Amino acid sequence: MVSFRRRLAGVFVAALVATACGGSDGPAQRPDGALSGSLTVLAASSLTEAFDEIGRRFEAANRDVDVTFGYDASSTLAQQVVNGAPADVLATADEVTMQEAAAGGAVDAPALFTRNRLAILVRAGNPENVGRLADLARPGLVVVLCAEQVPCGRFSFTVLERAGVRVRPMSLEPNVKGVVSKVMLGEADAGIAYATDALDAGQAVEAVVIPDAQNVVAAYPIAVVRSAPNRAAATALVDYVRSPAGQAVLESFGFQPA
Amino acid sequence: MTARVRATTAGVPVAAVAVAALGALFFLVPLAGLVWRAPWSGLLDELGDPDVREALRLSLVCSLGATALSLVVGVPLAWVLARGRFPGRRLLRALTTLPMVLPPVVGGVALLLAFGRRGLAGQWLDQWFGVRLPFTTAGAILAETFVAMPFLVLTAEAGFRSADERLEEAARTLGARPWTVFRRVTLPLVTPSLAAGAVLAWARALGEFGATITFAGNFPGETQTTPLKVYLLLESRPDAAIVLSLVLLAVSLAVLVGLRSRWLGSA
Repeated sequence: MVSFRRRLAGVFVAALVATACGGSDGPAQRPDGALSGSLTVLAASSLTEAFDEIGRRFEAANRDVDVTFGYDASSTLAQQVVNGAPADVLATADEVTMQEAAAGGAVDAPALFTRNRLAILVRAGNPENVGRLADLARPGLVVVLCAEQVPCGRFSFTVLERAGVRVRPMSLEPNVKGVVSKVMLGEADAGIAYATDALDAGQAVEAVVIPDAQNVVAAYPIAVVRSAPNRAAATALVDYVRSPAGQAVLESFGFQPA
Repeated sequence: MTARVRATTAGVPVAAVAVAALGALFFLVPLAGLVWRAPWSGLLDELGDPDVREALRLSLVCSLGATALSLVVGVPLAWVLARGRFPGRRLLRALTTLPMVLPPVVGGVALLLAFGRRGLAGQWLDQWFGVRLPFTTAGAILAETFVAMPFLVLTAEAGFRSADERLEEAARTLGARPWTVFRRVTLPLVTPSLAAGAVLAWARALGEFGATITFAGNFPGETQTTPLKVYLLLESRPDAAIVLSLVLLAVSLAVLVGLRSRWLGSA
């Protein structure tokens, strides 16, 4: 439920912030060098929990900065940035999507800041006894995957292909949180999502490890948006995410160092 | 009827006309935006895509199914709401309009909790009849019905209310049985409202996205209706998404304009 609310919020964040920045609330670096103003970060859905925590810490360290996050599928966010959404920072779950934004000149040079792996998500207690990718092809097992158009789907299909497993998914979800919620609500027996999603979903789901030989490691790039309304704070946030402190937060949510 | 109709805004103050024009622009400009960005040269190629045609076909099936289901269940509901006198009637009316204010995605989650495999009613459907609604076309129809039916119920209820009960009374006095009264007197009186309600419900069902993707999921040929396809195409092929949106708009506009002149009096 929370992720739905956040998704909806993400759509409006850009518009709201555009209004906010138009007024006297505009970003400014005060004479003493402290950062201020509002900062809009568009980030891949899988970063939701980790970036919320990073945002809290960044705000605590920069009391005059107000960070707002918009979470959605990376490709959606990249589209929004290319189409001039007034965001300051873009973080995607794959390099292909970021390159699309970078190629159009919408963002500065991106930097890889973290990595994530795929895992099989099952209901708590693993009632269907799913132990490996091949089990996903079992008849009668309800499997949901991400759609091929979004990074998690692209990775999922690569992983399945590598393992030589043919799965007939019941649904191709438009973002990774769709897979998580279908497994969490018990509608699907299994799904493929990021290893971090299993951690975020808490008690209701658990992860079955996909061996490294079959797995795909997703590298996450982050970049300052070229037309960022608050460039100073954007640069500071990117630096914070890549600092040991930011990396520690990411690792506590199941991400791996870049 | 005169052959030539002169444009007139007789009786409407100029200020109101000016605001009306603003309102019209508000609808027109986003549409113009779509038309402006549409890749007209590649239009036919996009429409030839079997996936796109499949999504359009499924949209028609689901939206018509949802309209039919809404009529079957919604008309008696509207009738009872308009004529019945019983405690809790206001609550019932509020309940039937709930899906209009509920964010569709939340509606989808509610449907999952009710009719999902482990849902309140769904677990019995599964155990007793082996019926599973999520991830099926029937599930997509159910999700669309949930969101669209209030439009039919509200419109039909207004129709039942405005129908002159004295005419029904007269028929009964003349010895007509309740069913005959409904068929010969009430139904003809409320037909325009039912038609208007059905069209509104159909249009709402056709554009349904949130409840469908949450409850029924997204799979080509099963549950991937046009709005879902458009959403995914936006991720990979925005041009195709715009074409498909325009097709959806054209189809619904044609039906709405056609039905408006046919059923709702003057066009």
